[in-house]
Amino acid sequence: MLTLAVTSAVVFAVLDLLPGNVAQVMLGESATPEAVAALERKLGLDRPAPQRYLHWLASLARLDLGTSHAYDTPIAELVAERLVVTLPLALLAMALTVVLALAAGVYAAAHHNRAGDLGVMAASQLGIAVPSFWFGILLVMLFAVQLSWFPSGGFPGWTEDEGGGPWDALQALVLPAVALAVVQAAILARFTRSAVLDVLREDFVRTARAKGLTRRAVLWGHVLRNAMVPVVTVMGLQFANLVTGTVVIENVFSLTGLGRLLFQAISNRDLPLVQGLVMLIAATVVTINFVVDLLYAAIDPRLKAVGR
Amino acid sequence: MAMHETPAPLLEVNDLRVVLPTARGPAAALRGVSFGMARGEKLGLIGESGCGKSLTALAVMGLLPEGARVEGSIRLNGQELVGLPDDTMARLRGDRVAMVFQEPMTALNPLHTVSAQVAEPLRLHRGLDRAAARAEALRLLERVRLPDAARRLDAHPHQLSGGQRQRVMIAMALACGPDLLIADEPTTALDVTLQHEVLMLIDELVQGSGMGLLLISHDLGVMARHVQRLMVMYGGSVVEAGPTAAVFARRAHPYTRGLYAARPRLGATRGTRLATIPGRVPELADLGAGCAFADRCDRAVDDCRRAPPPTVALGPGHVARCIRIEERPR
Amino acid sequence: MSFWTRALRHPSFVAGGVLVALLLGLALLSYVWTPHPATEIDVPNKLQPPSATHWLGTDSLGRDIASQLIVGARASIAVGLIAVGIGIAGGVALGLLAAARRGWVEEAVMRLADFGLAFPALLTAIMLTAIYGPGLATSIVAIGLFNIPEFARITRASANTVWAREFVLAARACGKGRLRITLEHVLPNVASVLIVQATIRFAIAILAEAGLSYLGLGTQPPTPSWGRMLNEGQAMMYQAPMLAVWPGLAIVLSVLGLNLMGDGLRDLLDPKLARQR
Repeated sequence: MLTLAVTSAVVFAVLDLLPGNVAQVMLGESATPEAVAALERKLGLDRPAPQRYLHWLASLARLDLGTSHAYDTPIAELVAERLVVTLPLALLAMALTVVLALAAGVYAAAHHNRAGDLGVMAASQLGIAVPSFWFGILLVMLFAVQLSWFPSGGFPGWTEDEGGGPWDALQALVLPAVALAVVQAAILARFTRSAVLDVLREDFVRTARAKGLTRRAVLWGHVLRNAMVPVVTVMGLQFANLVTGTVVIENVFSLTGLGRLLFQAISNRDLPLVQGLVMLIAATVVTINFVVDLLYAAIDPRLKAVGR
Repeated sequence: MAMHETPAPLLEVNDLRVVLPTARGPAAALRGVSFGMARGEKLGLIGESGCGKSLTALAVMGLLPEGARVEGSIRLNGQELVGLPDDTMARLRGDRVAMVFQEPMTALNPLHTVSAQVAEPLRLHRGLDRAAARAEALRLLERVRLPDAARRLDAHPHQLSGGQRQRVMIAMALACGPDLLIADEPTTALDVTLQHEVLMLIDELVQGSGMGLLLISHDLGVMARHVQRLMVMYGGSVVEAGPTAAVFARRAHPYTRGLYAARPRLGATRGTRLATIPGRVPELADLGAGCAFADRCDRAVDDCRRAPPPTVALGPGHVARCIRIEERPR
Repeated sequence: MSFWTRALRHPSFVAGGVLVALLLGLALLSYVWTPHPATEIDVPNKLQPPSATHWLGTDSLGRDIASQLIVGARASIAVGLIAVGIGIAGGVALGLLAAARRGWVEEAVMRLADFGLAFPALLTAIMLTAIYGPGLATSIVAIGLFNIPEFARITRASANTVWAREFVLAARACGKGRLRITLEHVLPNVASVLIVQATIRFAIAILAEAGLSYLGLGTQPPTPSWGRMLNEGQAMMYQAPMLAVWPGLAIVLSVLGLNLMGDGLRDLLDPKLARQR
């Protein structure tokens, strides 16, 4: 809760206490003083800052994110529209990441210092170095342009009235999700591998083997659950990266999601929209981290005892 | 050095050699260890850290670290264990041979309940279902005298004290009624008051069941009270072995003598300096061809360093490996 | 074995080092010579395939790609150096302070760092560059800002272990002040951790700058930048696919080089950290 409050303050401060005039920035250099003054009054910028801040907070509490200057529509509406693209994309990317990374990480740890391990490590080194948007472009060039398996951009909509359909919509999300997932998975795989290796070195693993469990049984029954504790934490932290990546990827693939909206807002100098979106995204990240903390406590009984 | 009387030995170890990869290249960690154990026998293994006693235990269990090379023979109930594939060995572990480790604080999985961990060997080797295994686990915990066992079933290790965790470990080890129990410094990490209790518990449990016990420790007093036969190890070899009383009385090997002399005694006058054995335990990679103890021995001669000393018989079932065996003390 | 002897035998370090040296070399070279002027527009010769005159071909405005890549290295290096510099200057100071003072100072610094880390960095960088005007300078500052909490956290953790060590306790027992201890003892010992972290953050900064430039918020035309070249390349995806490949490769190789070097440094500078890689 505290983090959220501080976040909101920071977002507001950065956008509001700009050097120069907010309205001026929005209208550009060539605006007339009258136009600037008019916009100022419209946005309520003639009221003192703390008052505006509180007013803004109050609206947020009502889930009213304000009105977009450029589109002249309530921001909440715009968000809802775009969420149907961004949310499935993020979820798909996250799911792919987790599956890929856990499989690779555990495999590498189980084949430690042998060919399988080295292969995964090399691949992940490469994965980390690749910018996700470039990878997206490459994917488009290969799978969309050359092979025509997937569309090269744009989002057709989930319903057929919009010109799309569930299957088409999903197809449009595959390449972007893969582009996002590969980079994230590389990072997570390395981490999973080292977490598993750490657990394998613990004393209780030796005890388990002494009881007669085979190496495989030890891995599945004892090691994985213990290794998941740090891994889940990292996954939560990665969410922030995922969000950022989504913003860029949506622009690569011209997907009508929140990322693209943000970008357009920035291009249009639509500060209320930018403010609202950034706040929304920041709040989401904070919430996710909070959820991860809860999950952490659920998996590890030691934390429940100690208390937070 | 096989010294068993009964015709069907529980454990027969013959010329066991283990080479470990170290930062300075492969090093011989066990150099031809041989001994035998009869059913129901209590054998002690004593020595300083690094002498190879834990390694011997791990070798019997098939739990040596990655990269270790094993030669020689280990026969449990007549079955050869060296060279056995891990899956096959896994079926014997926990069932026919079990081990209790030194560090109760870290030897249990912090995320699993006590009941689950004690029940695990039962479910694995005896095929018991969850309910039956849990009931048996309770019985075992009561047998090791874990206070408030019924409530503790669903506890997690961090909720138990060190002594209680060790009892849980013992319960786990005994779950399937193994023929051989190996206890590697089971009480070293516990308070002195607990040590005695836990050792008495192990004694009692082993006695009643005809199980063999291989007790590893660095504590002479523990050996004196709890084992019938004793093996003294140094630098990867057994330097003296025999009935406990005989070994303590005779102290043939210079190392045994040094070890015995070094023990702190109650009632000594103030200001008495504790006797020590000069020098330090050598690193494995530094050991030469001859007797490992030569550099610290006050009776060493050139021949000692030339070749490993032969086994010399000293009495019924009592042997030592030394060419400069001490005369009878006193 | 001296450091350099060991270093030159370490495969990761050498491989990474070569790539990084290449990157630095190209950036420096760009000030003295490029195959063609990187910003020279030559529309009649646009979209040429690689040839003897244009080693990697030309882009949609006839500019030589190879030259653009070389000059683009400058921006990447600049971002990396300065952004990491900002991070170190701010973060290390905060981290050392937190470790030296403990108590509420440490708490405050840690909360701040946690907050900074939890925030999606690139997102805010995007926002900042948008508001304060796009450009190399703004992107450097924006990226640099987010290096501060990262360095603060690492420095504090490392410094704490140094404070707990015996020679520091001895120094304190002699009455040495905290500032002196920090400068004389703590700093040299955390240096190795920082160097490793610096190479990693350098790589991240390059990726971040590329992202910003791709979105048009970083280096502005006509200054060449790899990120922007990717954007232009994407537009030409159907006619000249390689346009999008070269700048991407440049980024990958630079980042890979830095990461490998960082891994190598980690093994070389502190064997305890090396453990299992």
